[in-house]
Amino acid sequence: MTAVQQEIPAFTLPEVLADRATHYCPGCHHGIAHRLVAECLTELGLVEKTVSVSAIGCSVFIYNYLMVDTVEAPHGRAPAVATGVKRARPEAFVYTYQGDGDLASIGLSEILHAANRGERFSVIFVNNTVYGMTGGQMAPTTLIGQKTTTCPGGRCRDREGMPLKVTEIIANFDAVGYAARGSLDTVKNILQAKKMVRKAFESQIKGAGFGFVELLATCPTNWRMTPLKANARVAEEMIPYFPLGVYKDVVDAAGVC
Amino acid sequence: MSDRKTEKIFIKGNEAIAQGALAAGCRCYFGYPITPQNDIPEYLSKAMPDAGGEFIQAESEVAAANMLLGAAACGKRAFTSSSSPGVSLMQEAISYMAGSELPGVIVNMNRGGPGLGDIGPAQGDYFQSTKGGGHGDYRLLVLAPATCQEAFDMMIEAFDLAFKYRNPVMVHGDAILGQMKEPVQTWTPQNLDPNEAADWGLSGAIGRPSRLLKSLFLEDGALAGHNRKLQAKYKAMQVEARAECFETADADLVVVAFGSIGRIAKTAVRKLRSQGHKVGLVRPQTLYPYPSALLRELAAQGKRFLTIEHNCGQMVEDVQLAVRGLADSEFFGIMPGDLPTPDDFEQPILDSLRR
Amino acid sequence: MSRVMFLEDRCKGCLLCTLACPVKIIKQADRINQQGYKVVEVTGEDMASCTGCAFCALTCPDFAIKVWKSPKFKTSNDSKAEG
Repeated sequence: MTAVQQEIPAFTLPEVLADRATHYCPGCHHGIAHRLVAECLTELGLVEKTVSVSAIGCSVFIYNYLMVDTVEAPHGRAPAVATGVKRARPEAFVYTYQGDGDLASIGLSEILHAANRGERFSVIFVNNTVYGMTGGQMAPTTLIGQKTTTCPGGRCRDREGMPLKVTEIIANFDAVGYAARGSLDTVKNILQAKKMVRKAFESQIKGAGFGFVELLATCPTNWRMTPLKANARVAEEMIPYFPLGVYKDVVDAAGVC
Repeated sequence: MSDRKTEKIFIKGNEAIAQGALAAGCRCYFGYPITPQNDIPEYLSKAMPDAGGEFIQAESEVAAANMLLGAAACGKRAFTSSSSPGVSLMQEAISYMAGSELPGVIVNMNRGGPGLGDIGPAQGDYFQSTKGGGHGDYRLLVLAPATCQEAFDMMIEAFDLAFKYRNPVMVHGDAILGQMKEPVQTWTPQNLDPNEAADWGLSGAIGRPSRLLKSLFLEDGALAGHNRKLQAKYKAMQVEARAECFETADADLVVVAFGSIGRIAKTAVRKLRSQGHKVGLVRPQTLYPYPSALLRELAAQGKRFLTIEHNCGQMVEDVQLAVRGLADSEFFGIMPGDLPTPDDFEQPILDSLRR
Repeated sequence: MSRVMFLEDRCKGCLLCTLACPVKIIKQADRINQQGYKVVEVTGEDMASCTGCAFCALTCPDFAIKVWKSPKFKTSNDSKAEG
């Protein structure tokens, strides 16, 4: 008697994620982050309730991949737009997905105030230490010594100040329910990052406050590196300066009042 | 929907704007302090939550205008208010709302400029409102109230127009209107439709395909097509042009003035009429679309024009454009920083009449 | 037997999957796809070592990898069900 071998898919993409090629560069981590968002939305039953806010950067086209109701925000303003969305439709599940130029430079006021008010939406912050879409200019999170098109000699503390550690700042706000930093450079870190994204979403669902996840990611093209070398840079250079971890978590405690 | 009773109350123009918005079913307001419109956020900081709505004093006008964008994207009636320098900050969001076809309402209580200017009235933002203070080929519907009653009424109209055309609407007042107190008859529209945005607003894609509201069009031909669509819409908006005509039928000279200046000019015209002078007034109530056809008709009757504004000459260009080939318009301006009275207009009107 | 399949027209040759695979069976091929990227592959012999862990798919930013896992009971025959 022959036992029939039955194989089962060991990996399935969530339906809300468009099954198509992305426009992102080889080795860019956006695709991984998009998939984590899609998985968490699906697992938490949020897909049909979601109104998302897209930001300006390479990920402006996220709405081609995450098929949920979406409004496009001006550069940096996604947290303000999301505030308007959530106040207008409190029953919706609302998140923004922003890069480091968008969130930490032009949008710094909007993100800090939304976090401080404890707005009930979640933020995915993809930090690759550079302005990707516009060709590799210096960002607030560019590391000291890192060369970009607008600091060709390398970022210098005296001239440009130190890179911003956004998660640490956000975690200090009273009305924040969850603030964490993960990365996408290893399978272990990806799995950990997914838990963080899920928790940031749960912060909204449970009314625990503002939910925030920073994901360290690569930009091989603008770092002038191969995808593999760029991936290595995350652990070698970025994580030492931007430590991974959960910086605030009151999601399972009583809601922040 | 509001269950407020109709009543006659004695309120500032700023408050009339706030109450008009509530009467129109608006339940989202995002603002920022700036003189001379602070009564609007202050009144709504209590009245909006009392009505079950959302009030936010945002961290900046930039943020307030973007919160408006978000709420409008959900198909909800929402507005923001500011004054000239703050409205400058809002231009990016306004351009985005126009490009994304979102029905946000923005109130500008015009003060003196440019820059920090002063805190008194002016009309120096006419170009900003009508020619687009933000980037790109877009137009706002612009309403110009001259009385506190009109301020109340026009807020209701603003929301109706915004949703009718899926376009941002500007209500253009000034410091005189904002700070002046007059009797206002409040009323509640009976035709409010909670589903007015059901076929495009964002609400979560339950049982339908997901929706996308954006202004970025990179594919070949896409932006061109979008711009053509917007231009067709602006053409269709022309039917909304409206103006008050006062004693124009047999006038030799027609004064053209809007907002508070229109009201002051009306007093001057009334006085000169009582002295036997054949003058009249056209007071545009929409600054966009502009009542060009009306002016052109008057020009065809051989009338002459004097545009009076509280600026260095802005609307006069639209008057000249409207009557070109048939007539011209002279201009008399009160400088931003000066406060006009009806007496200030008498001599310029007489001078124009006699020329 | 567990296996993977690469959607070669989506692969961008980033090689992140080669890093993630714990049994190191993913290799860069010589083939170039329509977009001009050198794709990856697992050769026939190496496929037998696939554990179906799906680490490669987890790492792939382009949703270009499909993975099937077989349950522990295997016959010695090699018939594969269609995926």
